[in-house]
Amino acid sequence: MKDEPIIQASHLSKIYKTDVLETVALDDVSFTINKGEFVAIMGPSGSGKSTLMHILGALDTPTSGEYILDGENVSLLKDDELADIRNRKIGFIFQAFNLLPRTTTMQNVMLPMAYAGVPKEERQERAKKFLEMVGLGNRLTHTSNQLSGGQQQRVAIARGLAMNPAILLADEPTGNIASNQASEIMSIFQDLNDQGHTIVMITHEPDIAEHARRIIHVKDGHLVKDGDDHKQRKAVK
Amino acid sequence: MEYSELIIEAIGTLTVNKLRTALATLGIVIGIGSVIALISLGQASQQAIQSQIQSLGANLLTVNPGAQRTGTVREAAGGGTTLTLADATAIETSTDVTAVQTVSPEAAKRTQVTTGASNTNTQVIGATAAYANVHKISMSEGNFLTDSDDQNMTKVAVVGSQVVSDLFTDGSDPIGQSIRISGQTFHIIGVTVSKGGTGFQNQDDIIYVPLSTAQKQLFGIDYLTSIALEAKSSDVMTDAQNQVGYLLLARHKFNDPTQADFSILSQQDILNTASSTTGTFTTLLSGVAAISLLVGGIGIMNIMLVTVTERTREIGLRKALGAKKKTIVAQFLIEAIILTFSGGIIGVGFGVLASFLYSTFTKSLFVISPMSVLLAFVVSAAIGILFGWYPARRAANLQPIEALRYE
Repeated sequence: MKDEPIIQASHLSKIYKTDVLETVALDDVSFTINKGEFVAIMGPSGSGKSTLMHILGALDTPTSGEYILDGENVSLLKDDELADIRNRKIGFIFQAFNLLPRTTTMQNVMLPMAYAGVPKEERQERAKKFLEMVGLGNRLTHTSNQLSGGQQQRVAIARGLAMNPAILLADEPTGNIASNQASEIMSIFQDLNDQGHTIVMITHEPDIAEHARRIIHVKDGHLVKDGDDHKQRKAVK
Repeated sequence: MEYSELIIEAIGTLTVNKLRTALATLGIVIGIGSVIALISLGQASQQAIQSQIQSLGANLLTVNPGAQRTGTVREAAGGGTTLTLADATAIETSTDVTAVQTVSPEAAKRTQVTTGASNTNTQVIGATAAYANVHKISMSEGNFLTDSDDQNMTKVAVVGSQVVSDLFTDGSDPIGQSIRISGQTFHIIGVTVSKGGTGFQNQDDIIYVPLSTAQKQLFGIDYLTSIALEAKSSDVMTDAQNQVGYLLLARHKFNDPTQADFSILSQQDILNTASSTTGTFTTLLSGVAAISLLVGGIGIMNIMLVTVTERTREIGLRKALGAKKKTIVAQFLIEAIILTFSGGIIGVGFGVLASFLYSTFTKSLFVISPMSVLLAFVVSAAIGILFGWYPARRAANLQPIEALRYE
């Protein structure tokens, strides 16, 4: 149970080609993430961490190498199959929240379930449950422009949880919110991790990364340092 | 995602920017509206012309003098002076002409007509008693012209209802009153029943006087402007046409029918000509309206392309959350179809209203064919699919990373 791999990345490379230039964004990166881990991927801008996040999130495919997510070989899939993988196996949390405008929190959380064809009653039931879980049980019919940044990010977390995915993939989740609300978000992540959720978080802020159990450092497209597993998480103040 | 949900979502999106939605729809509204209105007007005028021509008389044939040839110059048709009363009498008495029942020789001209205070310019027809039979004239008051009126060259007149309302504006009884036609005094002995009809041949705006009076006293001519014939039945129309044709060819000394100085038209010929003329006009005008529909469709495509660009981030998010290509295509296609279809509904409303108002003000027929309404709905939905397809494909083919990064 403890060492059940959920992400197996082996020799991942990504090369962007233009007419005159070949840019290596990711160069032969391999690592494994097990079920129940809380991993931060760190690196300065231009280090390739965004490219890595896109590949891990099945938003893009690697030029070479193999990526196996929860038993499925993602590197070989077509557009619509990737959409299906994203829908079922990945809960996205973006820096800019990316909620639908003029849409209620309930509808936002229900959206991935609608794409999966979950019946309407079940969608509502599950959306309500996850919104209560992130402390927004009293904001079900608010639209996103009526919420603070921290609240919007909590709606996004509830949306990420909606399909009960294999991993939660957070891209700079605290980048656009005030620091006191940022610690709320990190505390929710730690609670979810305690409940057994696997979380992969991309960040360039060391003190945010400290909340994770394991930190992977990326630089110039290479994996430069992979922190110890099961390290002590920094507690939220 | 179910289609019902996509439709509800699309309506929600379209109501966000109401002005833009309304303006985008306007092109379709105008296009569909004008197509509906023009088809309706075309059909109404076609029906009006048909019923009007049929009211002129059943089994009716008309002999008109043909164009005169002076050397190689061909003069205007109908202006000929070759048709005479003797021709009419010959048709009536010839033993070769068996299919004709009644012969009505006629001399017509537009003339100025006055009473004490009013005056009007109207059609004066010199006619015999046979005219009433051939043209199915009924009297609402008094009597029609008799043979003795013609023989005695009396100055009596039978007037149509339009003439009555034009000349006797005070509502007095016209019978027994006198009117002046070309400066000569005539006594009114009868008023005909209204046949209705408007436009180029108003059957109520006519004054009938005895043929001999018209020829000698009013117009100063010795020819006829037409001879109307009633065939014995609708089955012998062609026989009648041929018999009269050969008789007149012989009388006018022509061997070659293509050189004839007269023409014989049946009611059906006139009907066909009139129908094909209005049909051509309807088609032509609908074609112009269809072009505005095309322009409206391009407007829809334009606004959908703007929408796709504006909502790039939203599309990226939807794809990241698991929306497949066909779901995105459906989403944008449904928006386009709702735009054009609602435009179609409003356009049909405006088109029906416009033709209703037109028919009310001109007192003409109001005709809306269910086919044209159905066609309008189908066409407007088809325009949505046609012009929404490209923007929808473009949205579906966006790469999620690019779309999420888009600012």
